[in-house]
Amino acid sequence: MTEIKLPRRDFLKAAGAAGVAGAAATTGIAACSPETQTAANASAAAPDTYLVLTNEEVAFLSAAVDTIIPADALSPSGTDCGCVVFIDGQLGGAYGGGAKMYRAGPYMKGTPEQGYQLPLTPHQFFVAGIRAANAWSEKTYGKLYDRLTPAERAEALTAWEKGVAQFDGFESRLFFQRLLQITMEGFFADPIYGGNRNKASWRMLGYPGLPATYADKVEEYRDKPIVVTEPLSIADFS
Amino acid sequence: MVTKLNEVDAVVIGVGMTGAMIAKEFTLAGLTVVGLERGPDRRPREESVLPRIRDELKYVQRLELMQDNSIDTVTFRNNSEQTALPIRRWGAFLPGEGVGGTLNHWGGMHWRYLPTDFRIRSTITERYGAGAIPGDMTIADWPVSYDELEPYYDKFDKMCGVAGKAGNLRGQKIAGGNIFEGARSDEYPTPALKPSGGAVLFTQACNNLGHHPFPAPFGAASQPYKNIYGIQLGACEYCGFCGRNSCEANSKVTAPTHIMPALRDEAKFTLRTNAFVSKLVYDRQAKKVTSVLYTDMNTGEEYEQPAGIVILSGYVFTNSNMLFHSGIGEPYDARTGRGVVGKNYCYQFEATATAFFEDKNLNPFMGSPGDRAVIDDFNGENFDHSGLDFLGGGYIRGGSGAEPPIGGRAVPADVPSWGSEWKKETVRWYYHAVEFQNQGSVYANRANYLDVDPIYKDALGRPLIRLTYNATKNDHAMSRYMLTKIDAIIKEMNPTHYELHPRPLNFTIVPYQSTHNTGGTMMGTTPANSVVNRYQQSWAAHNLFIMGASTFPQQHGYNPTGTVGALAYFASDKIVKDYVKNPGPLVQA
Repeated sequence: MTEIKLPRRDFLKAAGAAGVAGAAATTGIAACSPETQTAANASAAAPDTYLVLTNEEVAFLSAAVDTIIPADALSPSGTDCGCVVFIDGQLGGAYGGGAKMYRAGPYMKGTPEQGYQLPLTPHQFFVAGIRAANAWSEKTYGKLYDRLTPAERAEALTAWEKGVAQFDGFESRLFFQRLLQITMEGFFADPIYGGNRNKASWRMLGYPGLPATYADKVEEYRDKPIVVTEPLSIADFS
Repeated sequence: MVTKLNEVDAVVIGVGMTGAMIAKEFTLAGLTVVGLERGPDRRPREESVLPRIRDELKYVQRLELMQDNSIDTVTFRNNSEQTALPIRRWGAFLPGEGVGGTLNHWGGMHWRYLPTDFRIRSTITERYGAGAIPGDMTIADWPVSYDELEPYYDKFDKMCGVAGKAGNLRGQKIAGGNIFEGARSDEYPTPALKPSGGAVLFTQACNNLGHHPFPAPFGAASQPYKNIYGIQLGACEYCGFCGRNSCEANSKVTAPTHIMPALRDEAKFTLRTNAFVSKLVYDRQAKKVTSVLYTDMNTGEEYEQPAGIVILSGYVFTNSNMLFHSGIGEPYDARTGRGVVGKNYCYQFEATATAFFEDKNLNPFMGSPGDRAVIDDFNGENFDHSGLDFLGGGYIRGGSGAEPPIGGRAVPADVPSWGSEWKKETVRWYYHAVEFQNQGSVYANRANYLDVDPIYKDALGRPLIRLTYNATKNDHAMSRYMLTKIDAIIKEMNPTHYELHPRPLNFTIVPYQSTHNTGGTMMGTTPANSVVNRYQQSWAAHNLFIMGASTFPQQHGYNPTGTVGALAYFASDKIVKDYVKNPGPLVQA
């Protein structure tokens, strides 16, 4: 694997961002509250500045999460559900900085059975991965990923998912898997983290959320769905 | 600079479930005990409360309660020819950290092993002849019988408030319970949980096929319960957040809820958290551990704690690694088969399946792992292996529920993983999936073991432990057979669609499979075939006792916790009654 160069300013931003992660979470809660925001205009509440994501990264991720979670009758788009804000908060926080991750070398590729062996933290992984994906997009389509048509975006995502796209110095399939995972986390996690605005995914599924005390309901609702009118989240109990 | 502390009667390394149990039993017997826990304290009244506890991202995805890989991890390879690489973030298994240890986030499946499991080599030999056990299968009889352990299983059940239904009460078989289990001296402390919708379907199908289904025994009280330490516990809420999380209801068994309230204020007990033990100081001549060295992870300062009795109650990997670092016992050599420390590492081999029922509403978020139904007809020696190409087996369970939304959205395999079609199919199947699992045994193989990694180091500069492990031919043959049984049960349930998930050829360190690692400090009958004797006492140092599944000779077709708990009470009883008065080997070598 060739060396992946990371711009120093991103490291510095990442290091300084952990302390303000709480502020992003607060923004997320406000955006999710049905009183202040509906799903339809949720994107208007997106913060003007991000903790760690650059403009290019925000543009890329917006296009990607809207391809993974398109707006349709079942839910608003990934962006409108706050997935990019969620990803920014995760990559700018302890998780993105590689907390609780064994990072010592030497680094070897290993077998697929041996799992993730890159020296990159999750934040560094997405910085390098987005750069590689955009470079591939420019080479393949002559445009950055966010400038592609919806059909091209889907086609590109499929090429990454299958691992047939050759990124420079990066495994496209691994990048896809991580992108899909963090997008799904943003879509389905409690809204306290800035994604799942207005509990859109929970409404879609019919997931009631909290308090999740069902001892008296297991028998009553056996083979009978619970009717979920308003799912409740952590903020609703705080 | 190492600060030497005053000697105490006993030091406990790792205040997880067994460490807390032993500390409690020792203080009841009047001994002074220091508990050294490398992780933080866990305070259920502060941490395991609504609404913060219902956070799937934090606990299930980001692994809040797990051991910090940056401080200490495990290196892994499939075979001795490969270079082992570090597990950089947990995947296949999830060791915990902090007071309560790995049991803080367990799923609660609470089992006893079969009487035949404890003498498995003898049973197989008697039934199928001396040649039935392959040469590379290093299984061994346990040096303790089911009957000897039964009173301690019973005590552990009553400490936990286990929910379940007996199938063999003092020899009397009871329909609706597990008729294959060893005789119990008493009924479960609390009744079985109410079955999930999926468990009801599974039970009907198993009855139709002539199997013997019963409710899964669960390590949580199904109704308010006062345990043997006088602690009032709550009833299971069927919240669906058991796995990888602690319990808001004080129902699921953990040391912080079930033991610490009766231990924390004990004058003879001292708890030191963030105390990372690096080494046991071993006196080879005296065959004793004289003290333990630990680093205070708040200050970085090093301490030496002398003690009369040393309890090593870390997770499976910690226990073997501590012996390697301390030069206690002969390390296992896979080429020659000599040596014992690191030998007979085993895992759990879990084939699974998913069935979808379009016309059933199964409320996937509701419930607990304990509302599954189980059959034990194809476990261990409960069935005849004549003519079969494998030994071993495992229970099969089925049910629905306890699936929070980030990780728990089963869809058929041909559904796309993103886009509008994925969304449509996710919604279509969300309420309709039933999960099946075989808790497959892993019979030890000479090629699977633990030793010292030659390259990678932990935060204290010690070598990491190295895991060399792969699934065997026997494991795969067993698992294929179990899948035919699961297949027949599912067909009887008549689903809209279903999928069997056979195990991949090679064991892989991702994704999550099971935290049932066993072995490395196995028990046995002589110093030549084992690390500890039946009382979990080290052959090499008579005041060293090792707790946890690291002492299992092999892994049978059940979750290990029930047996881990019974062994801890069995050992502590012997130590308190005999060892304290007469320190020395409890079994003559």
